Amino acid sequence: MSGPSAPPSAGAAWTPSPREVERREQRRRLRLRSILIATIALVVVFVGLGLLVVTSPGWDRVRVSFFNGFHAKASLPDIARAFWINVKMFLIAEPLILVAGLAIALARGARSPWLVPLRVFAVAYTDVIRGVPTILLILLLGFGMPGLRLQGVPNSAFFWATTALVISYSAYVAEVFRSGIESIHPSQLASAEALGLSRGQTMRFVVVPQAVRRVVPPLLNDFVSLQKDTALASTLGVFEAVFVARDYTNYNFNYTPYVVVAAFFVALTIPLARFTDWLGRRYAERERAGAR
Amino acid sequence: MRLRGSVAVLPLVLPILAFSACAPVDDAPSSTANTSSGSGSAAPDDCAVDSLPLRTAGTLTVGTDSPAYDPWFRKNDPTNGQGYESAVAYAVAEQLGFSRDQVTWVKVPFNSSYKPGAKDFDFDINQISITPARAQVVDFSDGYYSASQAVVALKGSAGAEATSLADLKGLRLGAQTGTTSLTAIRDDIQPDTDPVVFEDTNAAKQALQNDQVDAILADLPTALYISAVEIPDSTLVGQFQVSSGDAEEFGMLFEKGSGLVSCVNQALATLQDDGTLDQLQQKWLYDAADVPELQ
Repeated sequence: MSGPSAPPSAGAAWTPSPREVERREQRRRLRLRSILIATIALVVVFVGLGLLVVTSPGWDRVRVSFFNGFHAKASLPDIARAFWINVKMFLIAEPLILVAGLAIALARGARSPWLVPLRVFAVAYTDVIRGVPTILLILLLGFGMPGLRLQGVPNSAFFWATTALVISYSAYVAEVFRSGIESIHPSQLASAEALGLSRGQTMRFVVVPQAVRRVVPPLLNDFVSLQKDTALASTLGVFEAVFVARDYTNYNFNYTPYVVVAAFFVALTIPLARFTDWLGRRYAERERAGAR
Repeated sequence: MRLRGSVAVLPLVLPILAFSACAPVDDAPSSTANTSSGSGSAAPDDCAVDSLPLRTAGTLTVGTDSPAYDPWFRKNDPTNGQGYESAVAYAVAEQLGFSRDQVTWVKVPFNSSYKPGAKDFDFDINQISITPARAQVVDFSDGYYSASQAVVALKGSAGAEATSLADLKGLRLGAQTGTTSLTAIRDDIQPDTDPVVFEDTNAAKQALQNDQVDAILADLPTALYISAVEIPDSTLVGQFQVSSGDAEEFGMLFEKGSGLVSCVNQALATLQDDGTLDQLQQKWLYDAADVPELQ
């Protein structure tokens, strides 16, 4: 484009050579071809799977008992209300798990001989708690602790289910933090020492900040898992979303509420998964300081 | 990067593979006398053991949940013929012409007893209340027990003082999930706080003793057993009939369209007429006369 005020160009404007034109044409053809193949493959696979489901002999029965509009509408308000309990439980547990997990990870890394009991406790804690199925922890705490009838010990099922989740998940998260701490290069520690930082300061200003950043993706992975495990609280009678769905199902002999409640969990998990990916990318870019 | 042709067609072949791998099998019950009406009566010779449409030829397969609770079963063992439902199952089997060792029991959790498709039992006997919504999904026999709801509370607690349904309104009430007891709380009592829902009766008993609820609801025989045997310092506050529709009845659960229903109904009718059911209720359940009515 040369306007009237543009400086006079030397010779004619640039036009791509015939070979370049041919190249572009070839690239365009290849692109189109791969789009076409991808589309056909997608359609064939998904239509094929769809047909497989819909043409199976039991499909009518499954459709009536799993995809029933009436029951979906009837159960939706109660499920939506109860889903708030899952969200609440998860939001309360998450910060507590982070704090407890980091504390246990640091206790495992303690070097002073005075702190050996603490280290032993931290090791035993992670070993034992990770070995116990979460549902058992919930049952043991939820039915055991209120049974003690201690003054000042709350006996709400919600409280004990949340506590059990915190105890269980902080053991996993402690291991995640520990792997992050141990992944920091020894040169960082040596540099900190050379600067005259104490061990505590080294941890606080050098190691932990880097370690936390490094383990964000696996941490968020654990939290997606935590979201789903809030459903285990139903074993204590916490009337959360999955339990509401089961209750409706048990009374009306129709499984549609299960599909409804699954949709709720997926709707909560997918944004978190995308956020995790984004965060991971951002940290990676930062660490490489512009290098690609 | 060009895909090798053989690899490129893989996604196209997958659904076809899936099709052939899951060769559809229709699992319609091999019924001979397929009367899908829930309360028909069959000609006597249709109910000979050889002509019954059974899961396994020559044996009657009966399902129930585990644990099997008193007073419906004894010692969590349905095979001993003790407890009301175990006794009824064996009495029905006898009427149909099965000997005791031709009856096998299978464990069927309540929430899988109504799943679509073929069942792995001929019938399921598990204190299942007959409701119209459920009868659209499965077939029920005629009722073998008329249930009423009952309230259990710890002695000396607020719940134990109740003399009417209105007295229960302000309390924390609980019942097992999916039961008519729970529906009775929601529809008939309509308490101020949401009812507490339990996985099973054991969780309900535990919560009552832990002071997490003021009172629990269950069917009368279960409630009687809890207050008399399982929790000594609890008391049966009273019983009531749910207001919605007819008296609540427990029925045996069959696959939808099972050809067995009419024959089982015939057997139940015989047992009802000759007084066997009443005797078994007296023997295994209770004498309900001295339980106060709640209005």
